[in-house]
Amino acid sequence: MITRKDVLHVARLARLELSEAEIERMIQDLGKILEYIAELNQVDTSGVAPTAHIAVEAAPFRADAIVPGLAAETALAEAPRHGGSGFAVPAFVEEG
Amino acid sequence: MTGVLDLPITDLAERVRAGEISAEELAKESLSAIERGRDLNAFLNVSADAALEAARGIDARRRGGKSLGPLAGVPIAIKDVLCTYDAPTTCASKILTRAENGAPSSPAKGWRPPYDATAVARLRAADAVLVGKTNMDEFAMGSSTENSAFGPAKNPWDPRRTPGGSSGGSAVAVAARMTPGSLGTDTGGSIRQPAALTGVVGVKPSYGRVSRYGAVAFASSLDQIGPFASDVRGAARLLRVIAGHDPHDSTSAQLPVDDYEAACDRPVKGLRLGVPAEYFEKGLDPDVASSVHHAIAALEKEGCVVKPVNLPHTRYGVACYYIVATAEASSNLARFDGVRFGLRVEPPRGDLQAMYGATRESGFGPEVKRRILLGTYVLSAGYYDAYYRQAQKIRTLVKQDFDRAFAEVDAITAPTSPTPAFELGERVEDPLAMYLGDIYTLPASLAGIAGISVPCAPTPAKNGRPELPVGLQLLGPAFAEARLFQLAACWEALSRVRTRPPAP
Repeated sequence: MITRKDVLHVARLARLELSEAEIERMIQDLGKILEYIAELNQVDTSGVAPTAHIAVEAAPFRADAIVPGLAAETALAEAPRHGGSGFAVPAFVEEG
Repeated sequence: MTGVLDLPITDLAERVRAGEISAEELAKESLSAIERGRDLNAFLNVSADAALEAARGIDARRRGGKSLGPLAGVPIAIKDVLCTYDAPTTCASKILTRAENGAPSSPAKGWRPPYDATAVARLRAADAVLVGKTNMDEFAMGSSTENSAFGPAKNPWDPRRTPGGSSGGSAVAVAARMTPGSLGTDTGGSIRQPAALTGVVGVKPSYGRVSRYGAVAFASSLDQIGPFASDVRGAARLLRVIAGHDPHDSTSAQLPVDDYEAACDRPVKGLRLGVPAEYFEKGLDPDVASSVHHAIAALEKEGCVVKPVNLPHTRYGVACYYIVATAEASSNLARFDGVRFGLRVEPPRGDLQAMYGATRESGFGPEVKRRILLGTYVLSAGYYDAYYRQAQKIRTLVKQDFDRAFAEVDAITAPTSPTPAFELGERVEDPLAMYLGDIYTLPASLAGIAGISVPCAPTPAKNGRPELPVGLQLLGPAFAEARLFQLAACWEALSRVRTRPPAP
Protein backbone atom coordinates (compact mmCIF):
# COMPACT_ATOMS: atom_id res chain seq x y z
CA MET A 1 0.00 0.00 0.00
CA ILE A 2 2.88 2.37 0.74
CA THR A 3 6.05 1.69 -1.16
CA ARG A 4 9.68 2.39 -0.47
CA LYS A 5 9.50 5.07 -3.16
CA ASP A 6 6.58 6.76 -1.34
CA VAL A 7 8.45 6.77 1.98
CA LEU A 8 11.56 8.26 0.38
CA HIS A 9 9.42 10.85 -1.40
CA VAL A 10 7.64 12.10 1.73
CA ALA A 11 10.87 11.95 3.71
CA ARG A 12 12.42 14.27 1.16
CA LEU A 13 9.41 16.61 1.32
CA ALA A 14 9.69 16.63 5.12
CA ARG A 15 13.48 17.18 5.06
CA LEU A 16 14.03 14.01 7.06
CA GLU A 17 16.94 11.73 6.44
CA LEU A 18 16.25 8.12 7.35
CA SER A 19 18.60 5.23 7.98
CA GLU A 20 18.04 1.99 6.05
CA ALA A 21 16.53 0.36 9.16
CA GLU A 22 14.18 3.33 9.64
CA ILE A 23 13.01 3.14 6.02
CA GLU A 24 12.09 -0.52 6.42
CA ARG A 25 10.29 0.17 9.71
CA MET A 26 8.35 3.11 8.25
CA ILE A 27 7.17 1.06 5.26
CA GLN A 28 5.70 -1.47 7.72
CA ASP A 29 4.27 1.00 10.24
CA LEU A 30 2.84 3.51 7.78
CA GLY A 31 1.38 0.65 5.73
CA LYS A 32 -0.53 -0.65 8.75
CA ILE A 33 -1.70 2.81 9.81
CA LEU A 34 -2.83 3.78 6.30
CA GLU A 35 -4.72 0.51 5.98
CA TYR A 36 -6.54 1.34 9.21
CA ILE A 37 -7.34 4.96 8.36
CA ALA A 38 -8.63 3.95 4.92
CA GLU A 39 -11.81 2.87 6.76
CA LEU A 40 -12.84 6.52 6.63
CA ASN A 41 -13.60 6.00 2.97
CA GLN A 42 -16.52 3.74 3.96
CA VAL A 43 -18.34 6.80 5.24
CA ASP A 44 -20.60 8.63 2.82
CA THR A 45 -19.65 12.27 3.22
CA SER A 46 -21.35 13.70 0.17
CA GLY A 47 -22.92 16.97 1.18
CA VAL A 48 -20.85 17.24 4.40
CA ALA A 49 -18.74 20.38 4.70
CA PRO A 50 -15.16 19.85 5.90
CA THR A 51 -14.35 21.42 9.27
CA ALA A 52 -12.23 24.49 8.63
CA HIS A 53 -12.00 25.61 12.24
CA ILE A 54 -13.54 24.75 15.55
CA ALA A 55 -15.14 27.20 17.98
CA VAL A 56 -13.68 30.29 16.36
CA GLU A 57 -16.56 32.63 15.59
CA ALA A 58 -14.57 35.37 13.94
CA ALA A 59 -10.99 36.50 13.87
CA PRO A 60 -10.64 39.28 16.42
CA PHE A 61 -9.14 42.53 15.24
CA ARG A 62 -6.45 44.32 17.15
CA ALA A 63 -5.38 47.91 17.08
CA ASP A 64 -2.98 48.69 14.25
CA ALA A 65 -0.32 49.87 16.66
CA ILE A 66 3.40 49.27 16.81
CA VAL A 67 4.41 47.21 19.82
CA PRO A 68 7.92 46.13 20.74
CA GLY A 69 9.04 42.73 19.48
CA LEU A 70 11.99 40.60 20.48
CA ALA A 71 15.29 42.44 20.45
CA ALA A 72 17.66 41.02 17.83
CA GLU A 73 20.13 39.84 20.44
CA THR A 74 17.37 38.01 22.34
CA ALA A 75 16.19 36.34 19.15
CA LEU A 76 19.73 35.27 18.32
CA ALA A 77 20.64 34.16 21.84
CA GLU A 78 19.74 30.50 21.29
CA ALA A 79 20.90 30.20 17.70
CA PRO A 80 23.37 27.37 17.08
CA ARG A 81 25.33 29.84 14.92
CA HIS A 82 24.84 33.49 14.21
CA GLY A 83 26.72 36.29 12.61
CA GLY A 84 25.87 39.06 15.05
CA SER A 85 22.96 40.48 13.07
CA GLY A 86 21.43 37.31 11.66
CA PHE A 87 21.26 33.52 11.77
CA ALA A 88 24.20 31.84 10.04
CA VAL A 89 23.58 28.81 7.81
CA PRO A 90 25.69 26.75 5.44
CA ALA A 91 26.03 28.18 1.94
CA PHE A 92 23.06 27.35 -0.26
CA VAL A 93 23.74 29.31 -3.42
CA GLU A 94 26.75 28.90 -5.66
CA GLU A 95 28.95 31.94 -5.66
CA GLY A 96 29.25 33.33 -9.17
CA MET B 1 2.49 8.47 54.59
CA THR B 2 0.71 11.72 54.05
CA GLY B 3 2.25 15.14 54.22
CA VAL B 4 1.32 18.77 53.80
CA LEU B 5 1.21 18.38 50.01
CA ASP B 6 -1.72 15.98 50.41
CA LEU B 7 -3.79 19.04 51.25
CA PRO B 8 -5.86 20.43 48.39
CA ILE B 9 -4.58 23.45 46.46
CA THR B 10 -7.30 25.70 47.86
CA ASP B 11 -6.37 24.86 51.49
CA LEU B 12 -2.67 25.35 50.86
CA ALA B 13 -3.20 28.77 49.31
CA GLU B 14 -5.45 29.83 52.23
CA ARG B 15 -2.86 28.69 54.76
CA VAL B 16 -0.07 30.58 53.02
CA ARG B 17 -2.23 33.69 52.80
CA ALA B 18 -3.03 33.39 56.50
CA GLY B 19 0.65 32.91 57.36
CA GLU B 20 0.04 29.45 58.86
CA ILE B 21 2.58 27.92 56.55
CA SER B 22 5.25 29.60 54.47
CA ALA B 23 5.61 29.33 50.72
CA GLU B 24 9.24 28.45 51.34
CA GLU B 25 8.28 25.44 53.48
CA LEU B 26 5.93 24.24 50.76
CA ALA B 27 8.59 24.67 48.10
CA LYS B 28 11.06 22.68 50.22
CA GLU B 29 8.47 19.94 50.78
CA SER B 30 7.83 19.78 47.07
CA LEU B 31 11.51 19.71 46.13
CA SER B 32 12.22 16.93 48.60
CA ALA B 33 9.22 14.90 47.37
CA ILE B 34 10.54 15.32 43.82
CA GLU B 35 13.94 14.11 45.01
CA ARG B 36 12.44 11.09 46.80
CA GLY B 37 10.46 10.18 43.69
CA ARG B 38 13.34 10.53 41.24
CA ASP B 39 12.94 6.96 40.01
CA LEU B 40 9.52 7.87 38.62
CA ASN B 41 11.29 10.16 36.12
CA ALA B 42 8.49 12.72 36.32
CA PHE B 43 10.72 15.77 35.85
CA LEU B 44 13.16 16.73 33.11
CA ASN B 45 14.41 19.82 34.93
CA VAL B 46 13.88 20.93 38.52
CA SER B 47 14.19 24.66 39.26
CA ALA B 48 15.11 24.42 42.94
CA ASP B 49 16.83 27.80 43.27
CA ALA B 50 14.26 29.74 41.29
CA ALA B 51 11.41 28.06 43.21
CA LEU B 52 12.90 28.89 46.61
CA GLU B 53 13.59 32.45 45.55
CA ALA B 54 10.03 32.91 44.27
CA ALA B 55 8.66 31.37 47.48
CA ARG B 56 10.72 33.68 49.69
CA GLY B 57 9.51 36.62 47.67
CA ILE B 58 5.91 35.58 48.28
CA ASP B 59 6.54 35.16 52.02
CA ALA B 60 8.19 38.57 52.16
CA ARG B 61 5.21 40.18 50.45
CA ARG B 62 2.84 38.56 52.93
CA ARG B 63 4.91 39.78 55.87
CA GLY B 64 4.85 43.22 54.26
CA GLY B 65 1.06 43.18 54.42
CA LYS B 66 0.50 42.70 50.69
CA SER B 67 -2.38 40.53 49.62
CA LEU B 68 -1.42 37.35 47.78
CA GLY B 69 -2.88 35.70 44.70
CA PRO B 70 -5.25 32.71 44.54
CA LEU B 71 -2.36 30.22 44.26
CA ALA B 72 -0.27 31.80 47.01
CA GLY B 73 2.82 29.67 47.52
CA VAL B 74 1.35 26.56 45.87
CA PRO B 75 4.05 24.45 44.17
CA ILE B 76 3.07 23.72 40.56
CA ALA B 77 4.80 21.61 37.90
CA ILE B 78 4.74 22.54 34.21
CA LYS B 79 4.75 20.18 31.24
CA ASP B 80 7.94 20.73 29.29
CA VAL B 81 5.98 21.77 26.19
CA LEU B 82 5.18 25.15 27.77
CA CYS B 83 7.67 27.98 27.48
CA THR B 84 9.30 29.26 30.67
CA TYR B 85 11.71 32.15 30.38
CA ASP B 86 13.77 31.03 33.36
CA ALA B 87 14.00 27.28 32.70
CA PRO B 88 14.88 25.12 29.69
CA THR B 89 12.04 23.87 27.51
CA THR B 90 12.72 20.70 25.54
CA CYS B 91 9.38 19.04 24.69
CA ALA B 92 11.27 15.88 25.73
CA SER B 93 13.05 16.08 22.39
CA LYS B 94 16.74 16.02 21.57
CA ILE B 95 16.10 18.58 18.87
CA LEU B 96 15.56 21.23 21.54
CA THR B 97 18.88 20.52 23.23
CA ARG B 98 22.14 22.18 22.33
CA ALA B 99 24.63 20.11 20.34
CA GLU B 100 27.75 18.96 22.12
CA ASN B 101 30.51 17.50 19.95
CA GLY B 102 28.04 17.28 17.10
CA ALA B 103 25.46 15.25 19.05
CA PRO B 104 22.30 16.12 21.03
CA SER B 105 22.82 16.73 24.76
CA SER B 106 20.62 16.72 27.89
CA PRO B 107 17.47 18.50 29.17
CA ALA B 108 19.64 20.76 31.34
CA LYS B 109 21.11 22.12 28.09
CA GLY B 110 17.66 22.60 26.62
CA TRP B 111 16.34 25.57 24.70
CA ARG B 112 15.76 28.71 26.78
CA PRO B 113 12.64 30.48 25.52
CA PRO B 114 12.72 34.27 25.53
CA TYR B 115 9.26 34.47 27.13
CA ASP B 116 6.71 32.64 29.30
CA ALA B 117 3.65 30.92 27.89
CA THR B 118 0.59 32.99 28.84
CA ALA B 119 -0.71 30.17 31.09
CA VAL B 120 2.66 30.08 32.88
CA ALA B 121 2.76 33.86 33.28
CA ARG B 122 -0.76 33.77 34.76
CA LEU B 123 0.32 31.14 37.30
CA ARG B 124 3.22 33.32 38.38
CA ALA B 125 0.94 36.33 38.63
CA ALA B 126 -1.36 34.26 40.89
CA ASP B 127 1.67 33.60 43.17
CA ALA B 128 2.14 29.92 42.30
CA VAL B 129 5.67 28.60 42.77
CA LEU B 130 6.95 26.79 39.68
CA VAL B 131 9.17 23.91 40.72
CA GLY B 132 10.12 22.34 37.40
CA LYS B 133 9.33 20.98 33.98
CA THR B 134 7.77 17.58 33.56
CA ASN B 135 8.46 14.60 31.36
CA MET B 136 6.22 13.88 28.39
CA ASP B 137 6.03 12.05 25.10
CA GLU B 138 8.25 13.89 22.62
CA PHE B 139 6.30 16.90 21.28
CA ALA B 140 3.23 15.48 23.09
CA MET B 141 3.02 12.63 20.59
CA GLY B 142 2.11 9.50 22.47
CA SER B 143 -0.05 7.99 25.19
CA SER B 144 2.49 6.52 27.60
CA THR B 145 5.40 9.00 28.02
CA GLU B 146 7.59 6.25 26.53
CA ASN B 147 8.30 8.48 23.52
CA SER B 148 10.28 10.86 25.73
CA ALA B 149 13.87 11.16 24.49
CA PHE B 150 14.90 11.11 28.16
CA GLY B 151 13.30 7.85 29.34
CA PRO B 152 9.72 7.03 30.32
CA ALA B 153 7.92 8.34 33.38
CA LYS B 154 6.59 5.64 35.70
CA ASN B 155 3.26 5.18 37.39
CA PRO B 156 3.46 5.58 41.19
CA TRP B 157 0.70 2.96 41.59
CA ASP B 158 2.99 0.39 39.94
CA PRO B 159 6.34 1.55 38.53
CA ARG B 160 6.32 -1.24 35.93
CA ARG B 161 3.38 0.54 34.36
CA THR B 162 2.97 3.71 32.36
CA PRO B 163 1.35 6.81 33.87
CA GLY B 164 -0.17 7.40 30.43
CA GLY B 165 0.67 10.33 28.23
CA SER B 166 1.52 12.51 26.72
CA SER B 167 1.43 14.64 29.91
CA GLY B 168 2.65 11.67 31.99
CA GLY B 169 5.15 13.59 34.11
CA SER B 170 2.59 16.21 35.11
CA ALA B 171 0.16 13.46 36.14
CA VAL B 172 2.84 11.65 38.15
CA ALA B 173 3.88 14.87 39.92
CA VAL B 174 0.34 15.20 41.27
CA ALA B 175 -0.35 11.48 41.84
CA ALA B 176 2.83 11.13 43.92
CA ARG B 177 2.05 14.47 45.64
CA MET B 178 5.27 16.11 44.52
CA THR B 179 3.04 19.07 43.66
CA PRO B 180 -0.70 19.36 44.33
CA GLY B 181 -1.26 20.66 40.80
CA SER B 182 0.37 20.88 37.41
CA LEU B 183 -0.24 21.95 33.84
CA GLY B 184 -0.41 19.67 30.84
CA THR B 185 -1.65 19.87 27.30
CA ASP B 186 -4.39 17.79 25.72
CA THR B 187 -4.45 17.35 21.94
CA GLY B 188 -6.22 13.98 21.82
CA GLY B 189 -6.49 12.98 25.47
CA SER B 190 -3.04 13.86 26.81
CA ILE B 191 -4.43 15.32 30.05
CA ARG B 192 -7.51 13.16 30.60
CA GLN B 193 -5.87 9.77 29.96
CA PRO B 194 -2.83 10.20 32.26
CA ALA B 195 -5.14 11.70 34.91
CA ALA B 196 -7.27 8.54 34.68
CA LEU B 197 -4.28 6.20 34.76
CA THR B 198 -2.72 7.85 37.83
CA GLY B 199 -5.85 8.65 39.84
CA VAL B 200 -5.90 12.44 39.67
CA VAL B 201 -8.22 15.09 38.26
CA GLY B 202 -7.41 16.33 34.74
CA VAL B 203 -9.22 18.96 32.71
CA LYS B 204 -9.23 19.41 28.94
CA PRO B 205 -10.75 22.84 28.49
CA SER B 206 -12.81 23.71 25.43
CA TYR B 207 -10.78 24.76 22.41
CA GLY B 208 -10.20 28.49 22.88
CA ARG B 209 -10.71 28.53 26.66
CA VAL B 210 -6.99 28.85 27.47
CA SER B 211 -4.44 30.78 25.41
CA ARG B 212 -2.03 28.55 23.54
CA TYR B 213 0.61 31.29 23.36
CA GLY B 214 3.91 29.74 24.38
CA ALA B 215 2.70 26.14 24.08
CA VAL B 216 4.96 24.53 21.51
CA ALA B 217 2.49 23.58 18.78
CA PHE B 218 1.70 19.97 17.89
CA ALA B 219 -1.74 20.20 16.22
CA SER B 220 -2.95 23.76 16.42
CA SER B 221 -6.67 23.08 15.85
CA LEU B 222 -6.70 20.58 18.73
CA ASP B 223 -4.09 21.64 21.33
CA GLN B 224 -5.34 22.99 24.67
CA ILE B 225 -3.53 23.66 27.93
CA GLY B 226 -5.25 22.42 31.08
CA PRO B 227 -4.68 21.59 34.74
CA PHE B 228 -4.10 18.45 36.77
CA ALA B 229 -4.92 18.58 40.47
CA SER B 230 -5.30 16.33 43.48
CA ASP B 231 -8.96 17.37 43.81
CA VAL B 232 -11.71 18.89 41.68
CA ARG B 233 -11.73 22.25 43.44
CA GLY B 234 -7.98 22.60 42.94
CA ALA B 235 -8.41 21.99 39.22
CA ALA B 236 -11.22 24.57 39.19
CA ARG B 237 -8.97 27.18 40.78
CA LEU B 238 -6.11 26.46 38.38
CA LEU B 239 -8.36 26.69 35.33
CA ARG B 240 -9.86 29.97 36.53
CA VAL B 241 -6.34 31.41 36.79
CA ILE B 242 -5.13 30.32 33.33
CA ALA B 243 -8.35 30.74 31.29
CA GLY B 244 -9.46 33.79 29.33
CA HIS B 245 -8.72 35.76 26.22
CA ASP B 246 -5.16 36.65 25.33
CA PRO B 247 -4.28 39.07 22.57
CA HIS B 248 -1.31 36.83 21.74
CA ASP B 249 -3.61 33.96 20.68
CA SER B 250 -6.39 34.98 18.34
CA THR B 251 -8.10 31.60 18.81
CA SER B 252 -8.52 32.25 22.54
CA ALA B 253 -12.18 32.99 23.13
CA GLN B 254 -13.42 36.44 24.08
CA LEU B 255 -15.82 34.98 26.63
CA PRO B 256 -15.99 35.62 30.36
CA VAL B 257 -14.43 32.97 32.62
CA ASP B 258 -16.96 31.36 34.97
CA ASP B 259 -16.46 30.94 38.70
CA TYR B 260 -15.60 27.24 38.55
CA GLU B 261 -15.14 26.90 42.31
CA ALA B 262 -18.64 28.21 42.96
CA ALA B 263 -19.89 25.60 40.47
CA CYS B 264 -18.37 22.89 42.67
CA ASP B 265 -20.96 23.66 45.37
CA ARG B 266 -24.02 23.59 43.12
CA PRO B 267 -26.39 20.60 43.48
CA VAL B 268 -26.60 18.32 40.45
CA LYS B 269 -30.28 17.38 40.84
CA GLY B 270 -32.08 17.48 37.52
CA LEU B 271 -28.97 17.52 35.30
CA ARG B 272 -29.37 15.15 32.36
CA LEU B 273 -26.48 12.73 31.81
CA GLY B 274 -26.02 10.90 28.53
CA VAL B 275 -24.45 7.46 28.42
CA PRO B 276 -23.14 6.71 24.91
CA ALA B 277 -23.38 3.04 24.00
CA GLU B 278 -20.36 3.42 21.71
CA TYR B 279 -18.12 4.06 24.74
CA PHE B 280 -19.04 0.79 26.45
CA GLU B 281 -18.45 -1.69 23.64
CA LYS B 282 -15.98 -4.50 23.05
CA GLY B 283 -12.47 -3.60 24.14
CA LEU B 284 -13.54 -1.97 27.41
CA ASP B 285 -11.94 -3.62 30.45
CA PRO B 286 -14.80 -5.10 32.56
CA ASP B 287 -13.39 -3.71 35.81
CA VAL B 288 -13.18 -0.23 34.28
CA ALA B 289 -16.75 -0.59 33.02
CA SER B 290 -18.13 -1.56 36.41
CA SER B 291 -16.29 1.27 38.15
CA VAL B 292 -17.69 3.82 35.68
CA HIS B 293 -21.22 2.38 35.89
CA HIS B 294 -21.01 2.60 39.66
CA ALA B 295 -20.15 6.32 39.45
CA ILE B 296 -22.99 7.00 37.01
CA ALA B 297 -25.43 5.18 39.29
CA ALA B 298 -24.27 7.30 42.23
CA LEU B 299 -24.92 10.51 40.27
CA GLU B 300 -28.35 9.19 39.31
CA LYS B 301 -29.09 8.63 42.99
CA GLU B 302 -28.21 12.29 43.58
CA GLY B 303 -30.98 13.29 41.22
CA CYS B 304 -29.33 13.30 37.79
CA VAL B 305 -31.44 11.97 34.94
CA VAL B 306 -29.49 9.28 33.11
CA LYS B 307 -30.38 8.43 29.53
CA PRO B 308 -28.74 6.67 26.59
CA VAL B 309 -27.34 8.76 23.75
CA ASN B 310 -25.71 7.83 20.47
CA LEU B 311 -22.43 9.11 19.08
CA PRO B 312 -22.40 6.99 15.92
CA HIS B 313 -19.14 8.33 14.44
CA THR B 314 -17.07 7.45 17.52
CA ARG B 315 -15.48 4.49 15.73
CA TYR B 316 -13.99 6.85 13.12
CA GLY B 317 -12.43 9.15 15.71
CA VAL B 318 -9.04 7.45 15.81
CA ALA B 319 -8.54 7.43 12.04
CA CYS B 320 -9.83 10.98 11.67
CA TYR B 321 -7.58 12.25 14.44
CA TYR B 322 -4.45 10.58 13.13
CA ILE B 323 -4.93 12.31 9.79
CA VAL B 324 -5.80 15.78 11.08
CA ALA B 325 -3.26 15.81 13.92
CA THR B 326 -0.35 14.45 11.89
CA ALA B 327 -1.08 16.80 8.99
CA GLU B 328 -0.91 19.78 11.34
CA ALA B 329 2.16 18.35 13.09
CA SER B 330 4.05 17.90 9.84
CA SER B 331 3.60 21.60 9.20
CA ASN B 332 4.23 22.79 12.78
CA LEU B 333 7.40 20.75 13.20
CA ALA B 334 8.96 22.19 10.05
CA ARG B 335 10.28 24.97 12.30
CA PHE B 336 12.81 22.61 13.89
CA ASP B 337 15.46 23.00 11.25
CA GLY B 338 18.64 23.76 13.18
CA VAL B 339 18.68 27.45 12.27
CA ARG B 340 17.20 29.49 15.12
CA PHE B 341 17.29 27.32 18.24
CA GLY B 342 18.19 23.92 19.62
CA LEU B 343 20.19 21.28 17.88
CA ARG B 344 22.17 21.72 14.67
CA VAL B 345 24.04 18.91 12.97
CA GLU B 346 26.17 19.97 10.01
CA PRO B 347 27.61 17.18 7.91
CA PRO B 348 31.13 18.06 6.65
CA ARG B 349 30.97 19.95 3.34
CA GLY B 350 27.16 19.66 3.46
CA ASP B 351 24.84 22.32 2.14
CA LEU B 352 21.73 23.79 3.81
CA GLN B 353 19.51 20.85 2.79
CA ALA B 354 22.03 18.39 4.25
CA MET B 355 22.02 20.37 7.51
CA TYR B 356 18.21 20.24 7.70
CA GLY B 357 18.14 16.50 7.02
CA ALA B 358 20.93 15.60 9.44
CA THR B 359 19.58 17.83 12.23
CA ARG B 360 16.09 16.38 11.97
CA GLU B 361 17.41 12.83 11.60
CA SER B 362 19.36 12.97 14.86
CA GLY B 363 16.99 15.31 16.71
CA PHE B 364 13.61 13.59 16.30
CA GLY B 365 12.62 10.23 17.79
CA PRO B 366 10.84 7.42 15.93
CA GLU B 367 7.22 8.38 16.75
CA VAL B 368 7.76 12.01 15.77
CA LYS B 369 9.31 10.90 12.48
CA ARG B 370 6.43 8.51 11.90
CA ARG B 371 3.88 11.27 12.42
CA ILE B 372 5.75 13.81 10.30
CA LEU B 373 5.89 11.27 7.46
CA LEU B 374 2.23 10.31 7.84
CA GLY B 375 1.15 13.95 7.96
CA THR B 376 3.26 14.83 4.94
CA TYR B 377 1.81 11.84 3.08
CA VAL B 378 -1.86 12.69 3.75
CA LEU B 379 -1.28 16.26 2.61
CA SER B 380 0.74 15.36 -0.48
CA ALA B 381 -0.48 15.74 -4.04
CA GLY B 382 -2.81 12.92 -5.02
CA TYR B 383 -3.72 11.96 -1.45
CA TYR B 384 -5.10 15.21 -0.04
CA ASP B 385 -8.73 14.56 -1.04
CA ALA B 386 -8.72 10.88 -0.09
CA TYR B 387 -7.25 11.44 3.36
CA TYR B 388 -7.11 15.00 4.66
CA ARG B 389 -10.29 16.37 3.10
CA GLN B 390 -12.24 13.22 3.97
CA ALA B 391 -10.98 13.41 7.56
CA GLN B 392 -12.10 17.03 7.88
CA LYS B 393 -15.58 16.00 6.70
CA ILE B 394 -15.68 13.19 9.25
CA ARG B 395 -14.59 15.71 11.85
CA THR B 396 -17.76 17.65 11.01
CA LEU B 397 -19.81 14.47 11.54
CA VAL B 398 -18.12 13.79 14.90
CA LYS B 399 -18.92 17.33 16.00
CA GLN B 400 -22.54 16.97 14.83
CA ASP B 401 -22.85 13.78 16.91
CA PHE B 402 -22.04 15.83 20.01
CA ASP B 403 -24.31 18.73 18.98
CA ARG B 404 -27.22 16.32 18.68
CA ALA B 405 -26.42 14.64 21.98
CA PHE B 406 -26.14 17.95 23.84
CA ALA B 407 -29.60 18.91 22.59
CA GLU B 408 -30.84 16.03 24.75
CA VAL B 409 -28.45 15.97 27.72
CA ASP B 410 -26.35 18.39 29.77
CA ALA B 411 -23.25 16.21 29.93
CA ILE B 412 -21.93 12.89 28.70
CA THR B 413 -20.45 10.27 31.03
CA ALA B 414 -18.00 7.64 29.83
CA PRO B 415 -14.77 5.92 30.71
CA THR B 416 -11.66 8.02 30.02
CA SER B 417 -9.55 5.07 28.91
CA PRO B 418 -10.66 1.55 27.92
CA THR B 419 -8.03 0.01 30.22
CA PRO B 420 -6.21 0.90 33.41
CA ALA B 421 -2.47 1.67 33.23
CA PHE B 422 -0.73 -0.79 30.91
CA GLU B 423 2.78 -2.11 31.32
CA LEU B 424 5.77 -0.20 30.00
CA GLY B 425 6.80 -1.70 26.69
CA GLU B 426 3.43 -3.37 26.10
CA ARG B 427 2.39 -1.19 23.14
CA VAL B 428 5.70 0.32 22.03
CA GLU B 429 6.18 -1.98 19.07
CA ASP B 430 2.65 -1.50 17.78
CA PRO B 431 1.84 2.17 17.13
CA LEU B 432 -1.71 1.36 16.03
CA ALA B 433 -2.49 -0.43 19.32
CA MET B 434 -1.23 2.66 21.15
CA TYR B 435 -3.46 4.93 19.01
CA LEU B 436 -6.55 2.76 19.60
CA GLY B 437 -6.19 3.23 23.36
CA ASP B 438 -7.25 6.86 22.82
CA ILE B 439 -10.63 5.96 21.35
CA TYR B 440 -12.65 7.59 24.16
CA THR B 441 -10.74 10.86 24.30
CA LEU B 442 -10.14 11.70 20.64
CA PRO B 443 -13.73 12.55 19.57
CA ALA B 444 -14.09 15.34 22.15
CA SER B 445 -10.79 16.81 20.98
CA LEU B 446 -11.96 16.78 17.36
CA ALA B 447 -15.17 18.54 18.42
CA GLY B 448 -13.34 21.11 20.58
CA ILE B 449 -15.63 20.50 23.57
CA ALA B 450 -14.88 20.47 27.32
CA GLY B 451 -13.82 17.35 29.20
CA ILE B 452 -12.66 16.29 32.63
CA SER B 453 -11.40 13.02 34.06
CA VAL B 454 -12.10 12.42 37.73
CA PRO B 455 -11.07 9.30 39.68
CA CYS B 456 -13.63 6.57 40.31
CA ALA B 457 -13.13 3.29 42.17
CA PRO B 458 -9.79 1.61 41.33
CA THR B 459 -9.87 -1.83 39.73
CA PRO B 460 -9.52 -4.65 42.28
CA ALA B 461 -6.13 -6.36 42.57
CA LYS B 462 -6.20 -9.68 40.73
CA ASN B 463 -4.16 -11.97 38.46
CA GLY B 464 -0.94 -10.24 39.39
CA ARG B 465 -2.40 -6.83 38.49
CA PRO B 466 -2.40 -4.49 41.49
CA GLU B 467 -5.20 -2.09 42.35
CA LEU B 468 -5.14 0.55 39.59
CA PRO B 469 -6.93 3.89 39.15
CA VAL B 470 -9.88 4.41 36.82
CA GLY B 471 -11.11 7.70 35.37
CA LEU B 472 -14.70 8.81 34.90
CA GLN B 473 -14.81 11.10 31.88
CA LEU B 474 -17.38 13.88 31.82
CA LEU B 475 -17.88 15.75 28.56
CA GLY B 476 -19.84 18.96 28.10
CA PRO B 477 -20.58 21.43 25.34
CA ALA B 478 -17.92 23.98 24.46
CA PHE B 479 -17.40 26.44 27.35
CA ALA B 480 -19.59 24.42 29.74
CA GLU B 481 -16.64 23.70 32.05
CA ALA B 482 -18.58 24.97 35.08
CA ARG B 483 -21.16 22.20 34.66
CA LEU B 484 -18.41 19.58 34.50
CA PHE B 485 -16.87 20.88 37.72
CA GLN B 486 -20.33 20.77 39.32
CA LEU B 487 -20.76 17.08 38.41
CA ALA B 488 -17.16 16.11 39.12
CA ALA B 489 -17.19 17.74 42.56
CA CYS B 490 -20.46 16.00 43.42
CA TRP B 491 -19.07 12.61 42.43
CA GLU B 492 -15.81 13.29 44.26
CA ALA B 493 -17.70 14.04 47.47
CA LEU B 494 -19.78 10.87 47.11
CA SER B 495 -17.03 8.57 45.99
CA ARG B 496 -14.52 8.48 48.81
CA VAL B 497 -12.36 6.33 46.55
CA ARG B 498 -8.70 5.83 47.11
CA THR B 499 -6.88 8.46 45.09
CA ARG B 500 -3.46 8.10 46.60
CA PRO B 501 -1.02 5.45 45.32
CA PRO B 502 0.26 2.87 47.81
CA ALA B 503 3.48 3.86 49.57
CA PRO B 504 6.54 2.50 47.75
